[in-house]
Amino acid sequence: MNMKVNLAGVELNNPVMTASGTFGSGEEYSEFVDLNRLGAVVTKGVASIPWTGNPTPRIAETYGGMINAIGLQNPGMDIFIERDLPFLKKYDTKIIVNVCGKTTEDYIEVVERLSHEPVDMLEINISCPNVKEGGIAFGQDPKAVEAITKEVKKYAKQPVIMKLSPNVTDITVMAKAAEAGGADVLSMINTLTGMKIDVNRRAFAVANKTGGLSGPAIKPIAVRMVYQAACAVRIPIIGMGGIMTAEDALEFILAGATAVSVGTANFVNPYATTEIIAGMKDYMVKYQIEDINELIGAVR
Amino acid sequence: MGKIKITTTVLSQDRLADGVYSMWIDAKEITDQAKPGQFISVYTGDSSKLLPRPISICETNQNKGHLRIVYRIAGEGTEEFSHYKAGDQVIIMGPLGNGFPLEAGASGKKALLIGGGIGIPPMLELAKNLSGTKQMVLGYRDELFLNEEFLPYGDTFLATESGSAGTRGNVMDAIREHGLQSDVIFACGPTPMLKSIRAYALENQIECYLSMEEKMACGIGACLACVCKSSEKDEHSMVHNKRVCKDGPVFKAKEVEF
Repeated sequence: MNMKVNLAGVELNNPVMTASGTFGSGEEYSEFVDLNRLGAVVTKGVASIPWTGNPTPRIAETYGGMINAIGLQNPGMDIFIERDLPFLKKYDTKIIVNVCGKTTEDYIEVVERLSHEPVDMLEINISCPNVKEGGIAFGQDPKAVEAITKEVKKYAKQPVIMKLSPNVTDITVMAKAAEAGGADVLSMINTLTGMKIDVNRRAFAVANKTGGLSGPAIKPIAVRMVYQAACAVRIPIIGMGGIMTAEDALEFILAGATAVSVGTANFVNPYATTEIIAGMKDYMVKYQIEDINELIGAVR
Repeated sequence: MGKIKITTTVLSQDRLADGVYSMWIDAKEITDQAKPGQFISVYTGDSSKLLPRPISICETNQNKGHLRIVYRIAGEGTEEFSHYKAGDQVIIMGPLGNGFPLEAGASGKKALLIGGGIGIPPMLELAKNLSGTKQMVLGYRDELFLNEEFLPYGDTFLATESGSAGTRGNVMDAIREHGLQSDVIFACGPTPMLKSIRAYALENQIECYLSMEEKMACGIGACLACVCKSSEKDEHSMVHNKRVCKDGPVFKAKEVEF
Protein backbone atom coordinates (compact mmCIF):
# COMPACT_ATOMS: atom_id res chain seq x y z
CA MET A 1 0.00 0.00 0.00
CA ASN A 2 1.43 3.39 -0.96
CA MET A 3 0.73 6.42 1.23
CA LYS A 4 3.49 8.54 -0.28
CA VAL A 5 2.48 11.70 -2.10
CA ASN A 6 4.49 14.25 -3.99
CA LEU A 7 4.18 17.99 -3.49
CA ALA A 8 6.23 19.97 -6.02
CA GLY A 9 9.04 17.42 -5.95
CA VAL A 10 8.96 16.91 -2.19
CA GLU A 11 7.95 13.37 -1.31
CA LEU A 12 5.94 12.98 1.89
CA ASN A 13 5.72 9.60 3.65
CA ASN A 14 1.99 10.15 3.90
CA PRO A 15 -0.39 13.01 3.09
CA VAL A 16 -1.08 14.08 6.70
CA MET A 17 0.55 17.21 8.06
CA THR A 18 -0.22 19.70 10.80
CA ALA A 19 -1.98 23.01 10.23
CA SER A 20 0.08 26.08 11.03
CA GLY A 21 -0.50 27.56 14.45
CA THR A 22 -2.09 24.50 15.99
CA PHE A 23 1.05 22.46 16.55
CA GLY A 24 3.72 25.00 17.55
CA SER A 25 7.00 23.73 16.16
CA GLY A 26 6.11 20.20 17.19
CA GLU A 27 7.91 20.13 20.52
CA GLU A 28 4.82 20.28 22.76
CA TYR A 29 2.99 17.60 20.76
CA SER A 30 6.02 15.32 20.57
CA GLU A 31 5.01 14.14 24.06
CA PHE A 32 1.91 12.63 22.46
CA VAL A 33 2.74 11.97 18.83
CA ASP A 34 5.75 10.35 17.16
CA LEU A 35 6.61 13.11 14.71
CA ASN A 36 8.35 10.55 12.48
CA ARG A 37 4.93 9.29 11.53
CA LEU A 38 3.71 12.61 10.13
CA GLY A 39 3.92 13.49 6.44
CA ALA A 40 5.15 16.92 7.45
CA VAL A 41 5.13 19.36 10.33
CA VAL A 42 3.93 22.81 9.33
CA THR A 43 5.20 25.30 11.89
CA LYS A 44 3.44 28.23 13.46
CA GLY A 45 3.96 31.45 11.51
CA VAL A 46 7.52 32.77 11.63
CA ALA A 47 8.18 36.47 11.14
CA SER A 48 11.45 38.37 10.73
CA ILE A 49 11.31 39.60 14.34
CA PRO A 50 9.37 38.45 17.45
CA TRP A 51 5.68 39.35 17.41
CA THR A 52 3.72 39.93 20.64
CA GLY A 53 0.31 38.93 19.28
CA ASN A 54 -3.09 40.16 20.41
CA PRO A 55 -4.51 40.86 23.88
CA THR A 56 -6.41 38.07 25.70
CA PRO A 57 -8.89 36.46 25.59
CA ARG A 58 -7.56 35.09 22.35
CA ILE A 59 -9.87 32.14 22.02
CA ALA A 60 -13.56 31.23 22.22
CA GLU A 61 -15.43 28.02 21.64
CA THR A 62 -18.35 28.04 19.21
CA TYR A 63 -20.76 25.32 18.12
CA GLY A 64 -18.60 22.72 16.38
CA GLY A 65 -15.76 25.15 16.13
CA MET A 66 -13.62 27.75 17.77
CA ILE A 67 -12.58 31.32 17.13
CA ASN A 68 -8.99 32.33 17.63
CA ALA A 69 -7.29 35.69 17.47
CA ILE A 70 -3.77 34.88 18.63
CA GLY A 71 -2.32 37.51 16.30
CA LEU A 72 0.64 35.42 15.16
CA GLN A 73 2.69 35.65 18.34
CA ASN A 74 6.04 34.12 17.44
CA PRO A 75 9.71 34.33 18.43
CA GLY A 76 10.94 35.48 15.04
CA MET A 77 13.21 33.71 12.58
CA ASP A 78 16.47 33.88 14.55
CA ILE A 79 15.15 31.93 17.53
CA PHE A 80 13.19 29.65 15.23
CA ILE A 81 16.34 28.72 13.31
CA GLU A 82 18.47 28.38 16.41
CA ARG A 83 16.04 26.45 18.60
CA ASP A 84 13.05 25.00 16.76
CA LEU A 85 14.59 23.93 13.48
CA PRO A 86 17.29 21.71 15.08
CA PHE A 87 14.52 20.07 17.13
CA LEU A 88 12.49 19.26 14.01
CA LYS A 89 15.56 18.04 12.12
CA LYS A 90 15.83 15.13 14.56
CA TYR A 91 12.74 13.60 12.99
CA ASP A 92 12.15 11.80 9.72
CA THR A 93 9.41 14.15 8.57
CA LYS A 94 9.28 17.06 6.17
CA ILE A 95 9.57 20.55 7.59
CA ILE A 96 7.31 23.24 6.21
CA VAL A 97 7.78 26.70 7.66
CA ASN A 98 4.82 29.04 7.69
CA VAL A 99 6.02 32.57 6.94
CA CYS A 100 4.19 35.70 8.04
CA GLY A 101 4.88 39.37 7.54
CA LYS A 102 3.37 42.84 7.54
CA THR A 103 5.00 43.98 4.31
CA THR A 104 6.38 42.26 1.22
CA GLU A 105 9.86 43.06 2.52
CA ASP A 106 9.09 41.24 5.79
CA TYR A 107 8.10 38.08 3.94
CA ILE A 108 11.18 38.26 1.72
CA GLU A 109 13.49 38.74 4.70
CA VAL A 110 12.25 35.47 6.22
CA VAL A 111 12.20 33.61 2.91
CA GLU A 112 15.77 34.67 2.13
CA ARG A 113 16.98 33.72 5.57
CA LEU A 114 15.32 30.30 5.38
CA SER A 115 16.67 29.64 1.90
CA HIS A 116 19.95 28.53 3.47
CA GLU A 117 18.32 26.39 6.13
CA PRO A 118 17.25 22.73 6.09
CA VAL A 119 13.60 23.53 5.41
CA ASP A 120 11.70 21.46 2.86
CA MET A 121 9.00 23.93 1.86
CA LEU A 122 7.74 27.42 2.69
CA GLU A 123 4.09 28.19 3.33
CA ILE A 124 3.35 31.87 2.84
CA ASN A 125 0.58 33.07 5.09
CA ILE A 126 -1.30 35.74 3.16
CA SER A 127 -4.54 34.94 4.91
CA CYS A 128 -4.34 35.51 8.66
CA PRO A 129 -7.52 37.39 9.60
CA ASN A 130 -6.15 38.53 12.97
CA VAL A 131 -3.44 41.01 12.14
CA LYS A 132 -4.10 44.52 10.90
CA GLU A 133 -1.28 44.70 8.39
CA GLY A 134 -0.09 41.98 6.05
CA GLY A 135 -1.81 38.67 6.42
CA ILE A 136 -5.23 38.73 4.88
CA ALA A 137 -4.66 42.14 3.25
CA PHE A 138 -2.48 40.34 0.70
CA GLY A 139 -4.89 37.47 0.31
CA GLN A 140 -8.07 39.23 -0.73
CA ASP A 141 -6.84 40.97 -3.87
CA PRO A 142 -5.81 38.77 -6.81
CA LYS A 143 -3.26 41.31 -8.04
CA ALA A 144 -1.65 41.40 -4.59
CA VAL A 145 -1.67 37.59 -4.40
CA GLU A 146 0.09 37.30 -7.74
CA ALA A 147 2.57 40.07 -6.93
CA ILE A 148 3.63 38.71 -3.55
CA THR A 149 3.87 35.19 -4.92
CA LYS A 150 6.21 36.44 -7.67
CA GLU A 151 8.35 38.33 -5.17
CA VAL A 152 8.63 35.38 -2.80
CA LYS A 153 9.46 33.02 -5.66
CA LYS A 154 12.41 35.24 -6.63
CA TYR A 155 14.09 34.59 -3.29
CA ALA A 156 12.85 31.17 -2.25
CA LYS A 157 15.14 28.17 -2.70
CA GLN A 158 12.41 25.78 -1.56
CA PRO A 159 9.03 25.13 -3.17
CA VAL A 160 6.51 27.82 -2.23
CA ILE A 161 3.05 27.07 -0.87
CA MET A 162 0.62 29.99 -0.87
CA LYS A 163 -1.93 29.74 1.93
CA LEU A 164 -5.22 31.15 0.72
CA SER A 165 -7.99 32.89 2.62
CA PRO A 166 -11.57 31.67 2.34
CA ASN A 167 -12.76 35.22 3.05
CA VAL A 168 -13.17 36.00 -0.65
CA THR A 169 -16.02 35.96 -3.14
CA ASP A 170 -14.43 33.55 -5.61
CA ILE A 171 -11.64 31.28 -4.41
CA THR A 172 -10.74 30.24 -7.97
CA VAL A 173 -9.65 33.80 -8.77
CA MET A 174 -7.18 33.72 -5.87
CA ALA A 175 -6.01 30.21 -6.69
CA LYS A 176 -5.33 31.19 -10.31
CA ALA A 177 -3.58 34.39 -9.20
CA ALA A 178 -1.21 32.41 -6.98
CA GLU A 179 -0.58 29.93 -9.78
CA ALA A 180 0.10 32.79 -12.20
CA GLY A 181 2.59 34.21 -9.70
CA GLY A 182 4.48 30.93 -9.76
CA ALA A 183 3.19 29.22 -6.61
CA ASP A 184 4.23 25.57 -6.46
CA VAL A 185 1.43 24.47 -4.15
CA LEU A 186 -1.72 25.96 -2.62
CA SER A 187 -2.78 25.46 0.94
CA MET A 188 -6.38 26.09 1.83
CA ILE A 189 -8.34 27.13 3.68
CA ASN A 190 -7.20 29.47 6.42
CA THR A 191 -9.85 30.37 8.99
CA LEU A 192 -13.09 32.19 8.23
CA THR A 193 -13.51 35.55 9.90
CA GLY A 194 -16.03 35.14 12.68
CA MET A 195 -17.36 36.80 15.80
CA LYS A 196 -18.80 35.63 19.08
CA ILE A 197 -20.53 37.78 21.67
CA ASP A 198 -20.66 36.72 25.29
CA VAL A 199 -24.22 37.61 26.27
CA ASN A 200 -23.54 37.38 30.00
CA ARG A 201 -20.65 39.83 29.91
CA ARG A 202 -22.20 41.71 26.97
CA ALA A 203 -18.80 41.83 25.36
CA PHE A 204 -16.89 40.29 22.49
CA ALA A 205 -15.69 36.82 23.38
CA VAL A 206 -12.20 37.51 22.02
CA ALA A 207 -10.40 40.78 22.71
CA ASN A 208 -9.74 41.32 19.00
CA LYS A 209 -13.55 41.38 18.44
CA THR A 210 -13.21 39.19 15.34
CA GLY A 211 -11.22 36.02 15.01
CA GLY A 212 -10.65 33.08 12.73
CA LEU A 213 -13.28 30.35 12.86
CA SER A 214 -11.92 26.82 12.55
CA GLY A 215 -13.04 23.31 13.35
CA PRO A 216 -15.63 20.93 11.89
CA ALA A 217 -18.14 23.79 11.50
CA ILE A 218 -16.19 25.08 8.48
CA LYS A 219 -15.38 21.76 6.83
CA PRO A 220 -18.09 21.77 4.12
CA ILE A 221 -16.95 25.23 3.01
CA ALA A 222 -13.34 24.08 2.92
CA VAL A 223 -14.14 20.94 0.92
CA ARG A 224 -16.14 23.01 -1.59
CA MET A 225 -13.30 25.51 -2.00
CA VAL A 226 -10.65 22.80 -2.41
CA TYR A 227 -12.82 21.19 -5.07
CA GLN A 228 -13.30 24.52 -6.90
CA ALA A 229 -9.61 25.37 -6.76
CA ALA A 230 -8.58 21.87 -7.84
CA CYS A 231 -10.79 22.27 -10.91
CA ALA A 232 -9.26 25.68 -11.67
CA VAL A 233 -5.50 25.16 -11.28
CA ARG A 234 -2.88 22.50 -12.10
CA ILE A 235 -0.68 22.89 -9.02
CA PRO A 236 -1.23 20.56 -6.05
CA ILE A 237 -3.36 21.56 -3.08
CA ILE A 238 -3.00 20.93 0.63
CA GLY A 239 -6.56 20.75 1.98
CA MET A 240 -7.56 21.74 5.49
CA GLY A 241 -10.47 23.07 7.49
CA GLY A 242 -12.10 21.08 10.26
CA ILE A 243 -10.50 17.69 9.63
CA MET A 244 -11.25 15.57 12.70
CA THR A 245 -11.22 12.03 11.29
CA ALA A 246 -9.76 9.92 8.49
CA GLU A 247 -13.08 10.24 6.63
CA ASP A 248 -12.78 14.03 6.78
CA ALA A 249 -9.22 13.85 5.42
CA LEU A 250 -10.35 11.53 2.62
CA GLU A 251 -13.12 13.95 1.66
CA PHE A 252 -10.50 16.60 0.97
CA ILE A 253 -8.36 14.15 -1.03
CA LEU A 254 -11.34 13.01 -3.08
CA ALA A 255 -12.17 16.69 -3.69
CA GLY A 256 -8.71 17.20 -5.16
CA ALA A 257 -6.22 17.74 -2.34
CA THR A 258 -2.86 15.94 -2.60
CA ALA A 259 -2.21 16.33 1.12
CA VAL A 260 -4.16 17.46 4.17
CA SER A 261 -3.47 19.46 7.32
CA VAL A 262 -4.94 18.69 10.71
CA GLY A 263 -5.44 21.76 12.89
CA THR A 264 -8.12 22.31 15.52
CA ALA A 265 -8.43 18.53 15.98
CA ASN A 266 -5.05 18.58 17.76
CA PHE A 267 -6.66 20.58 20.58
CA VAL A 268 -9.50 18.09 20.87
CA ASN A 269 -7.24 15.09 20.67
CA PRO A 270 -3.46 15.43 20.73
CA TYR A 271 -3.21 12.03 19.02
CA ALA A 272 -5.47 13.14 16.14
CA THR A 273 -2.81 13.24 13.40
CA THR A 274 -1.59 9.67 13.83
CA GLU A 275 -5.11 8.34 14.40
CA ILE A 276 -6.14 9.92 11.10
CA ILE A 277 -3.19 8.28 9.29
CA ALA A 278 -4.17 4.90 10.74
CA GLY A 279 -7.80 5.45 9.73
CA MET A 280 -6.80 6.29 6.16
CA LYS A 281 -4.84 3.03 5.94
CA ASP A 282 -7.87 1.11 7.19
CA TYR A 283 -9.98 2.78 4.51
CA MET A 284 -7.47 1.82 1.82
CA VAL A 285 -7.49 -1.79 3.00
CA LYS A 286 -11.29 -1.85 3.15
CA TYR A 287 -11.69 -0.55 -0.41
CA GLN A 288 -8.55 -2.25 -1.76
CA ILE A 289 -6.85 0.98 -2.73
CA GLU A 290 -3.19 0.25 -3.58
CA ASP A 291 -2.06 3.85 -3.87
CA ILE A 292 -3.45 6.90 -2.10
CA ASN A 293 -2.74 8.89 -5.26
CA GLU A 294 -5.62 7.04 -6.95
CA LEU A 295 -7.99 8.93 -4.65
CA ILE A 296 -6.76 12.45 -5.35
CA GLY A 297 -9.56 14.32 -7.10
CA ALA A 298 -11.37 11.04 -7.75
CA VAL A 299 -14.79 12.62 -7.31
CA ARG A 300 -15.59 14.81 -10.27
CA MET B 1 6.05 9.39 31.67
CA GLY B 2 4.68 12.85 30.94
CA LYS B 3 1.28 14.15 30.03
CA ILE B 4 -1.31 11.61 29.03
CA LYS B 5 -4.88 11.67 27.75
CA ILE B 6 -7.04 8.86 29.12
CA THR B 7 -10.62 7.69 29.11
CA THR B 8 -11.31 6.63 32.66
CA THR B 9 -13.97 6.12 35.31
CA VAL B 10 -15.79 8.52 37.60
CA LEU B 11 -15.63 7.19 41.17
CA SER B 12 -18.03 9.62 42.84
CA GLN B 13 -19.78 12.92 42.37
CA ASP B 14 -21.02 15.19 45.16
CA ARG B 15 -22.62 18.58 45.21
CA LEU B 16 -20.74 20.81 47.67
CA ALA B 17 -22.63 24.07 47.23
CA ASP B 18 -24.91 25.74 44.71
CA GLY B 19 -23.27 25.00 41.34
CA VAL B 20 -20.11 23.58 42.95
CA TYR B 21 -19.32 19.89 42.52
CA SER B 22 -16.67 17.44 43.65
CA MET B 23 -15.69 14.54 41.42
CA TRP B 24 -13.26 11.74 42.21
CA ILE B 25 -11.74 10.10 39.14
CA ASP B 26 -9.68 6.93 38.75
CA ALA B 27 -6.46 8.27 37.20
CA LYS B 28 -3.33 6.49 38.41
CA GLU B 29 -1.36 7.50 35.30
CA ILE B 30 -1.91 11.13 36.28
CA THR B 31 -1.77 11.03 40.10
CA ASP B 32 1.60 9.24 39.94
CA GLN B 33 3.06 12.42 38.51
CA ALA B 34 0.74 15.17 39.76
CA LYS B 35 1.94 18.08 41.89
CA PRO B 36 -0.16 20.58 43.86
CA GLY B 37 -1.24 23.48 41.64
CA GLN B 38 -1.30 21.46 38.44
CA PHE B 39 -4.48 20.99 36.46
CA ILE B 40 -6.16 18.57 34.09
CA SER B 41 -8.08 19.09 30.87
CA VAL B 42 -11.55 17.56 30.99
CA TYR B 43 -13.22 16.81 27.66
CA THR B 44 -16.98 16.88 27.18
CA GLY B 45 -18.82 14.00 25.56
CA ASP B 46 -20.50 16.44 23.18
CA SER B 47 -18.69 16.64 19.85
CA SER B 48 -20.05 20.13 19.21
CA LYS B 49 -17.84 21.32 22.10
CA LEU B 50 -14.29 20.97 20.95
CA LEU B 51 -12.12 22.40 23.66
CA PRO B 52 -11.23 20.76 26.94
CA ARG B 53 -12.10 22.50 30.21
CA PRO B 54 -9.02 23.19 32.34
CA ILE B 55 -9.78 22.27 35.98
CA SER B 56 -7.32 22.36 38.86
CA ILE B 57 -6.46 19.24 40.82
CA CYS B 58 -8.09 19.59 44.25
CA GLU B 59 -6.69 16.47 45.81
CA THR B 60 -4.99 13.20 44.96
CA ASN B 61 -4.85 9.85 46.66
CA GLN B 62 -1.49 8.64 45.43
CA ASN B 63 -1.86 5.14 46.90
CA LYS B 64 -5.14 4.46 45.19
CA GLY B 65 -4.39 6.52 42.09
CA HIS B 66 -7.50 8.63 42.60
CA LEU B 67 -7.80 12.26 41.62
CA ARG B 68 -10.35 14.81 42.78
CA ILE B 69 -11.57 17.92 41.02
CA VAL B 70 -13.86 20.51 42.58
CA TYR B 71 -15.38 22.77 39.96
CA ARG B 72 -18.12 25.30 39.41
CA ILE B 73 -20.71 25.03 36.66
CA ALA B 74 -19.69 27.86 34.34
CA GLY B 75 -21.38 26.71 31.14
CA GLU B 76 -22.72 23.69 29.28
CA GLY B 77 -19.46 21.75 29.48
CA THR B 78 -19.12 21.86 33.26
CA GLU B 79 -22.90 21.35 33.49
CA GLU B 80 -22.41 18.06 31.63
CA PHE B 81 -19.62 17.02 34.04
CA SER B 82 -21.89 17.68 37.01
CA HIS B 83 -24.27 14.97 35.75
CA TYR B 84 -21.59 12.27 35.65
CA LYS B 85 -22.18 9.52 38.20
CA ALA B 86 -19.95 6.86 39.68
CA GLY B 87 -19.12 4.36 36.96
CA ASP B 88 -19.50 6.84 34.07
CA GLN B 89 -16.64 7.42 31.68
CA VAL B 90 -14.72 10.70 31.62
CA ILE B 91 -11.95 11.82 29.27
CA ILE B 92 -9.10 13.74 30.86
CA MET B 93 -5.55 14.83 30.07
CA GLY B 94 -2.84 15.70 32.51
CA PRO B 95 -1.07 16.53 34.63
CA LEU B 96 -0.71 19.97 33.07
CA GLY B 97 1.16 23.10 34.11
CA ASN B 98 3.97 23.64 36.58
CA GLY B 99 2.36 23.57 40.05
CA PHE B 100 3.34 25.33 43.26
CA PRO B 101 6.98 25.22 44.42
CA LEU B 102 6.77 23.15 47.62
CA GLU B 103 10.29 24.14 48.72
CA ALA B 104 9.10 27.74 49.12
CA GLY B 105 6.84 26.58 51.97
CA ALA B 106 9.14 23.94 53.43
CA SER B 107 9.67 23.27 57.17
CA GLY B 108 10.57 26.40 59.10
CA LYS B 109 8.58 28.60 56.74
CA LYS B 110 5.25 30.15 57.58
CA ALA B 111 2.95 29.97 54.60
CA LEU B 112 -0.31 31.74 53.89
CA LEU B 113 -2.58 29.85 51.49
CA ILE B 114 -5.22 32.10 49.97
CA GLY B 115 -8.09 30.82 47.86
CA GLY B 116 -10.96 32.78 46.40
CA GLY B 117 -14.13 31.05 45.15
CA ILE B 118 -13.34 28.30 42.70
CA GLY B 119 -9.65 29.11 43.30
CA ILE B 120 -9.95 27.37 46.67
CA PRO B 121 -9.77 23.71 45.50
CA PRO B 122 -6.08 23.60 44.42
CA MET B 123 -5.09 25.02 47.80
CA LEU B 124 -6.24 21.79 49.47
CA GLU B 125 -3.67 19.59 47.75
CA LEU B 126 -1.09 22.28 48.51
CA ALA B 127 -2.07 22.38 52.21
CA LYS B 128 -1.67 18.61 52.36
CA ASN B 129 1.81 18.70 50.86
CA LEU B 130 3.53 21.77 52.30
CA SER B 131 5.83 20.82 55.17
CA GLY B 132 5.97 24.31 56.73
CA THR B 133 3.43 25.97 59.03
CA LYS B 134 0.21 26.84 57.24
CA GLN B 135 -2.59 29.32 57.65
CA MET B 136 -5.46 29.39 55.20
CA VAL B 137 -7.62 32.30 54.10
CA LEU B 138 -10.64 31.30 52.05
CA GLY B 139 -12.91 33.82 50.37
CA TYR B 140 -16.50 33.17 49.28
CA ARG B 141 -19.44 35.14 47.97
CA ASP B 142 -21.76 33.52 50.49
CA GLU B 143 -22.10 29.74 50.57
CA LEU B 144 -19.09 27.86 51.95
CA PHE B 145 -17.48 24.71 50.52
CA LEU B 146 -14.32 22.71 51.28
CA ASN B 147 -13.46 24.94 54.26
CA GLU B 148 -13.75 22.18 56.85
CA GLU B 149 -11.38 19.99 54.86
CA PHE B 150 -8.57 22.51 55.46
CA LEU B 151 -8.87 22.33 59.26
CA PRO B 152 -6.40 19.42 59.75
CA TYR B 153 -3.66 21.47 58.09
CA GLY B 154 -3.77 24.72 60.04
CA ASP B 155 -5.79 27.72 61.14
CA THR B 156 -8.39 28.53 58.53
CA PHE B 157 -9.84 32.03 58.23
CA LEU B 158 -12.92 32.78 56.20
CA ALA B 159 -14.19 35.84 54.36
CA THR B 160 -17.61 36.16 52.78
CA GLU B 161 -18.93 39.04 50.72
CA SER B 162 -22.34 38.54 52.31
CA GLY B 163 -20.92 38.45 55.83
CA SER B 164 -22.58 35.11 56.50
CA ALA B 165 -19.32 33.61 57.79
CA GLY B 166 -15.96 34.98 58.91
CA THR B 167 -14.89 38.45 57.92
CA ARG B 168 -17.38 40.43 55.87
CA GLY B 169 -15.51 41.32 52.71
CA ASN B 170 -12.70 39.68 50.79
CA VAL B 171 -9.58 37.69 51.66
CA MET B 172 -7.49 40.85 52.05
CA ASP B 173 -9.99 42.14 54.61
CA ALA B 174 -9.61 38.87 56.54
CA ILE B 175 -5.80 39.08 56.43
CA ARG B 176 -5.91 42.59 57.85
CA GLU B 177 -8.54 41.79 60.47
CA HIS B 178 -6.50 38.90 61.85
CA GLY B 179 -3.13 40.54 61.27
CA LEU B 180 -1.86 37.44 59.48
CA GLN B 181 1.91 37.39 58.92
CA SER B 182 3.77 35.02 56.64
CA ASP B 183 7.07 34.26 54.92
CA VAL B 184 5.40 33.11 51.75
CA ILE B 185 2.00 33.43 50.08
CA PHE B 186 0.34 31.00 47.70
CA ALA B 187 -2.88 32.17 46.06
CA CYS B 188 -5.49 31.16 43.53
CA GLY B 189 -8.69 33.00 42.72
CA PRO B 190 -10.30 35.68 40.59
CA THR B 191 -8.05 38.23 38.89
CA PRO B 192 -9.02 41.23 41.12
CA MET B 193 -8.10 39.13 44.17
CA LEU B 194 -4.76 38.11 42.69
CA LYS B 195 -4.08 41.70 41.77
CA SER B 196 -4.56 42.95 45.33
CA ILE B 197 -2.58 40.06 46.81
CA ARG B 198 0.24 40.81 44.39
CA ALA B 199 0.26 44.47 45.47
CA TYR B 200 0.20 43.48 49.16
CA ALA B 201 3.03 40.97 48.75
CA LEU B 202 5.25 43.31 46.76
CA GLU B 203 4.65 46.16 49.22
CA ASN B 204 5.51 43.97 52.20
CA GLN B 205 8.27 42.09 50.37
CA ILE B 206 6.68 38.71 50.92
CA GLU B 207 7.58 35.88 48.56
CA CYS B 208 4.36 35.19 46.67
CA TYR B 209 3.07 32.69 44.10
CA LEU B 210 -0.12 33.24 42.11
CA SER B 211 -2.05 30.67 40.12
CA MET B 212 -3.45 32.37 37.03
CA GLU B 213 -6.37 31.62 34.77
CA GLU B 214 -6.95 32.38 31.08
CA LYS B 215 -9.04 30.95 28.24
CA MET B 216 -7.17 27.94 26.90
CA ALA B 217 -7.26 25.74 23.83
CA CYS B 218 -4.49 23.13 23.61
CA GLY B 219 -3.52 23.15 27.31
CA ILE B 220 0.07 22.13 26.54
CA GLY B 221 1.77 25.32 25.37
CA ALA B 222 1.43 25.02 21.61
CA CYS B 223 -1.38 27.37 20.59
CA LEU B 224 -0.40 30.50 22.57
CA ALA B 225 -4.01 31.34 23.45
CA CYS B 226 -3.63 31.58 27.24
CA VAL B 227 -0.81 34.04 27.67
CA CYS B 228 -0.37 36.56 30.47
CA LYS B 229 1.85 39.61 30.54
CA SER B 230 5.15 38.87 32.22
CA SER B 231 7.95 41.09 33.45
CA GLU B 232 10.59 38.72 32.13
CA LYS B 233 10.76 37.58 28.53
CA ASP B 234 8.91 34.33 28.04
CA GLU B 235 11.01 31.42 26.88
CA HIS B 236 8.76 30.63 23.92
CA SER B 237 8.50 33.89 21.99
CA MET B 238 10.68 36.28 24.04
CA VAL B 239 7.87 38.86 24.02
CA HIS B 240 6.86 39.04 27.72
CA ASN B 241 3.89 36.72 27.19
CA LYS B 242 4.10 33.69 29.45
CA ARG B 243 1.86 30.74 28.70
CA VAL B 244 -0.53 30.11 31.59
CA CYS B 245 -0.93 26.44 30.66
CA LYS B 246 2.74 25.57 30.37
CA ASP B 247 4.94 28.25 31.99
CA GLY B 248 2.22 28.53 34.68
CA PRO B 249 -0.43 28.44 35.92
CA VAL B 250 1.70 29.30 38.97
CA PHE B 251 3.87 32.38 38.64
CA LYS B 252 5.94 34.45 41.05
CA ALA B 253 3.90 37.56 41.82
CA LYS B 254 6.61 39.88 40.52
CA GLU B 255 6.79 37.84 37.33
CA VAL B 256 3.26 38.67 36.14
CA GLU B 257 1.61 41.97 35.30
CA PHE B 258 -2.08 42.78 35.33
